[in-house]
Amino acid sequence: MSQASTNELVDRRGFLKATGAALAFLGALEAAPETVARSLEATLPERADVPGAGPDADVLIRMQADLRRALEKSPAERHWIMVIDTRKCVGCHACTIACVAENKLPPGIVYRPVVEEEFGTFPRVTRRFTPKPCMQCEKPPCVPVCPVNATYTNEEGVVVVDYDQCIGCRYCITACPYSSRTFDIGQYYTPALPVVDGAVLGGSVDAYERASSFEYGEARPRGDDASPIGNVRKCHFCLHRVKAGMLPECVTTCIGRATMFGDANDPESVVSTMIARNNVVRLKEEMGTEPRVYYLI
Amino acid sequence: MNRQLILWILALIGLAVGSYGLWDRFANGHVNAAYGSYVPWGLWVAMYIYLVGLSAGAFLFSTLVYVFNFRPTTGASPAGDDGHGAMEAVGKLALFTALITLFAAMFCIWLDLGHPARAWKMLLQTNFGSVMGWMLWFYSAYFVLLLVEFWLAIRADLVRRAAHSGLARVLTFGSRDVSPEATARDRRRLRILGSLGVPLAIAFHGGVGALFGVVGARPFWNSGITPIMFLVGALLSGGALLTFLVSILGPGVGTRQHRDTVMLFGKIVLGLLAFDILLEWAEYSVLYYASIPAHADALRLVLFGQYWWVFWVIHLALGIVVPAVLLVAGRRSVAMVGTAGLLIAATFLSVRLNIVIPALALPEIEGLERAFSGPGLTFHYFPTATEWLVVVWVVSFAALVFLAGLRFLPVLSTSQEAAS
Repeated sequence: MSQASTNELVDRRGFLKATGAALAFLGALEAAPETVARSLEATLPERADVPGAGPDADVLIRMQADLRRALEKSPAERHWIMVIDTRKCVGCHACTIACVAENKLPPGIVYRPVVEEEFGTFPRVTRRFTPKPCMQCEKPPCVPVCPVNATYTNEEGVVVVDYDQCIGCRYCITACPYSSRTFDIGQYYTPALPVVDGAVLGGSVDAYERASSFEYGEARPRGDDASPIGNVRKCHFCLHRVKAGMLPECVTTCIGRATMFGDANDPESVVSTMIARNNVVRLKEEMGTEPRVYYLI
Repeated sequence: MNRQLILWILALIGLAVGSYGLWDRFANGHVNAAYGSYVPWGLWVAMYIYLVGLSAGAFLFSTLVYVFNFRPTTGASPAGDDGHGAMEAVGKLALFTALITLFAAMFCIWLDLGHPARAWKMLLQTNFGSVMGWMLWFYSAYFVLLLVEFWLAIRADLVRRAAHSGLARVLTFGSRDVSPEATARDRRRLRILGSLGVPLAIAFHGGVGALFGVVGARPFWNSGITPIMFLVGALLSGGALLTFLVSILGPGVGTRQHRDTVMLFGKIVLGLLAFDILLEWAEYSVLYYASIPAHADALRLVLFGQYWWVFWVIHLALGIVVPAVLLVAGRRSVAMVGTAGLLIAATFLSVRLNIVIPALALPEIEGLERAFSGPGLTFHYFPTATEWLVVVWVVSFAALVFLAGLRFLPVLSTSQEAAS
């Protein structure tokens, strides 16, 4: 790293110190994941009506109300889907990064890249952005190929991976037509960074990378060869957040309200009204995979 | 046995050099490998289907001896034998080769797993809806069958050696009977096991082909001809390897019988080579002419991509043209036929690589390679030093076990030798 950029990072010491409390909290995650998981649940708001969630309310507020309503039902009665309005996507990649932060994804793992395409010849160009989470196919080609039943569609219609069952053969990656699965080879971001006294850099933030994510509601501190290292990983619609009454991280983060999430088995939900439109497409419809991710064009 | 001494030295050097790769794999996991998320399978998977193909091919060649009772048509041989003794030794060599290559293949694919310690799940918690799930069951059955068959094939020789070899005594497992009746019984059992082995070998190697063939997301694999090509490729590469091994190891190097055996194998290999070219032509020409991008793009990578020389130089020139010339023009020379066998067998890895990699090296979603970057998020694949070194280690280790088997087990002995 050059001197200039190191200085820049050190100048941000104030900011980093301000986040010290958060990091201490994350350090605690590693120390006693179960305790923290419990305290996390304790701080979640009670599921109640979302105030001001009328038909004219912000779509985020309405989706939160949809979510509460769906969670009242039995899991098999909710069909989670995602709708991405490509006209509203500005290509900021915030969803990609928020997903990386939420699920503490290591280098080489990505659940929701945003594909950019450019048309025309510079400077007469237009661009198109396509956020690409897992399609959570109704007929997922990745599931039947798994030799040990480690990946399956759960009762809410989300394709999940059992990290303790997956042997890491990666057959599912080859079978996915959307490249939605990635293989965790056990990389870390921080070891390559310089270590500077008083600033959170390099080795000292290692604890953040080793802290547990809460994918599938399980606390799994990262380290050695423990799963999910050596496993295939994928987008799971942030089931752990959804279960707690929160929208998936990519939905919450989207600055353009381009990503929507909810229950397709509820005619009142935002997503249900969206997918009934004529300008809906799904990726690689010809594969017959019946994706649960819809694009508005 | 100067030739064997050279092979011992080469294998030991390979083992020493390759051990760095093995150490790296165990110490650092998959960090230093070039495969990743977008090209999830690499050299080790190619190596695995290559080795397992050699095993299936060598095994199916052994059934020529044990099931189909093939022998070179030489008339009376110098030993006054009808060729049966020599062919028996070839059968043993084929079975032993099949065992060693199967073991090496399993080791390659085991190292490729993200969680090698969970490999048992494939056998005990199998998803029988997955082609890969079936695979390990087929392999296990095949492995047991190979072991039993090999033991039966060398049993009588072991008993004869038991008097002066502790190892042979242990391996006889108490069996002492070398009467003509017992030998005839062994042959009968070998014939039954070999007959069971034929459909089993076809099932498991056809199954490996089907493992690729059923993947609808990869049009380059997704073809009904894929399992057939795997089978023919297995017969060709395994048969070629056996031809090479028989040509340098015997039995009875220098005898007329040896020459006739090598020539017979050479003819079979030439036939298989022609059939393999036919299938390859059928597959490639149809794909290329139709030019549907998803299908033809992978083929374009094979033919004109960055690694075009793998197809044109290694596969086509060294693996087809040169051996074909040697087999046709040099059909009276053991050395030429043996060299052709070696060339075909060795270069066949390029065919396996050109099945596995190009289908994966194409973005399924255009622009994906630029959407997010990180290790393993690339569509370019070339094996790293670690990957190559692991392969060197596996091949060297397999070669050492093979050489040790030749040295300590009656793999090459013929009944005439034993009787004398």
